[in-house]
Amino acid sequence: MWHDAVLVAGKDLRIEARSRVGLWQVVPFALLVLVLLAFAIGPDQAALRHAAPGIFWVALLFSTVLAIQRSVAVESGEGTRDGLRLSGIDPAGIFLGKAAAVGLQLLVLQLVLWAGVTFLFDVRVHVVWLAVSACVLATIGLACAGVLYGALSAGLRVRDTLLPLLVLPVLAPVLLAGSKAWEAALNGNASSGTQWLKILVPFAVIYLVVGIVLYGPLQEAA
Amino acid sequence: MSERAVLYSRSRWLDAVGALGVIAMGFTVWLGLWVTPPDKFQGNLARLLYIHPAIATVALYWVGIVAAGGSLLYLWPRTRSFFWDRLAASAVEVGAVFSALTLVTGSLWGRPVWGVWWTWDARLTSTALLLLLEIGYLALRRVPAEPAVRARRCAVAALLIAIDIPIVHFSVDWWNTLHQGGTFLDPGFKIHASASMSWTFLLGFIALSLIFVWLLGMRYQIEVLQDAVGDQELEVSLTERWSEDTELVGVGAGEGEPTPGGGAP
Repeated sequence: MWHDAVLVAGKDLRIEARSRVGLWQVVPFALLVLVLLAFAIGPDQAALRHAAPGIFWVALLFSTVLAIQRSVAVESGEGTRDGLRLSGIDPAGIFLGKAAAVGLQLLVLQLVLWAGVTFLFDVRVHVVWLAVSACVLATIGLACAGVLYGALSAGLRVRDTLLPLLVLPVLAPVLLAGSKAWEAALNGNASSGTQWLKILVPFAVIYLVVGIVLYGPLQEAA
Repeated sequence: MSERAVLYSRSRWLDAVGALGVIAMGFTVWLGLWVTPPDKFQGNLARLLYIHPAIATVALYWVGIVAAGGSLLYLWPRTRSFFWDRLAASAVEVGAVFSALTLVTGSLWGRPVWGVWWTWDARLTSTALLLLLEIGYLALRRVPAEPAVRARRCAVAALLIAIDIPIVHFSVDWWNTLHQGGTFLDPGFKIHASASMSWTFLLGFIALSLIFVWLLGMRYQIEVLQDAVGDQELEVSLTERWSEDTELVGVGAGEGEPTPGGGAP
């Protein structure tokens, strides 16, 4: 399973490295969301600083949808999914590999977004370990849930419109917990922030386990 | 039961449940509006509480049990049957109506008591998210696909939603809360109500549960009919296509290129 996961993740990341869709489309889109939300809130520096954690996580969530769509799209060519299914690779391995590839891209994206909020909204993270652990845990949850829902919508002609409707309400707890943890990290209030990791940990674990179990049946349904 | 029997029979017990539900609802309305006294603190506003918690219970628990149970039983190879798939889908659709009703009755009560139609209270927010999740499921359900493929896809989606709901609930609960504690699950809950109020409250639960079962059954029958119509249409168009093809082959034999698949319909 692990060997298969590495193979699939390597394949997805190689495709990304060569096509550069993530670099030229997803990352600029995330920065665009940062700027647009700042426009919506107005130039008041205090209000922007207050809203910065939420803006960071909303931008991340929207970009996650794009990253998932991309991850599904690379398998949507003629018979690619059937090829992958017939290759004898363990479905759990495919799931883990695709989730790892999406997760790695999301981590890079978060670094860019972190720099973006620091630069644009003039905020400083005081409790770095809290912000980093929130990001890492959220990434696992976002990638696992996202890949699962991506598989659910794969092969549908209405995939692009259906996926956000299906996945965004599911990811809402990550948005809530992530922004609260970040708020605490920005304010230097570690103890109130750790409570929110208690939402992110089960979210990540549950979707990881559920994905390993359900990806096989889902692949057959697509 | 044969297809035709399903098409033309109406189940007796379902009619009985529906009639009982409507009668019980009628009694609830009569007791709630005319017989019970106004509440000491909330006045007439408390009368909404004869139905609001009952609607919310149906929306959350009854729907959750039927939808998650049906989906799980469909995915389990030994119990796999379209019965469970249709039952789960019907439950989610009826559930979306009850979730919407929960939000509407909650807002109607919240406006005079809290002073606003909407507040980011934990339960309101998680009910709204539940409604959105249900709408997502129904959208997925409407995507045309082979029945077995659709059933499997929807069963997985329903289970994912079922897993998500407790997480949504806890996260929103921590995020902000203004609502009173749970009515059933709160261990310290004691009813400080007159006997007529308690009975009306209980009758409301029974009435709405019966109505839920009735609507679920009706929706299930519609689902069966829809599938039957779909199969019939497929058969008719296949027969038409076959006859077209034989004609084409007959005519085209002298002209050289009869395509076996026929042209575009």
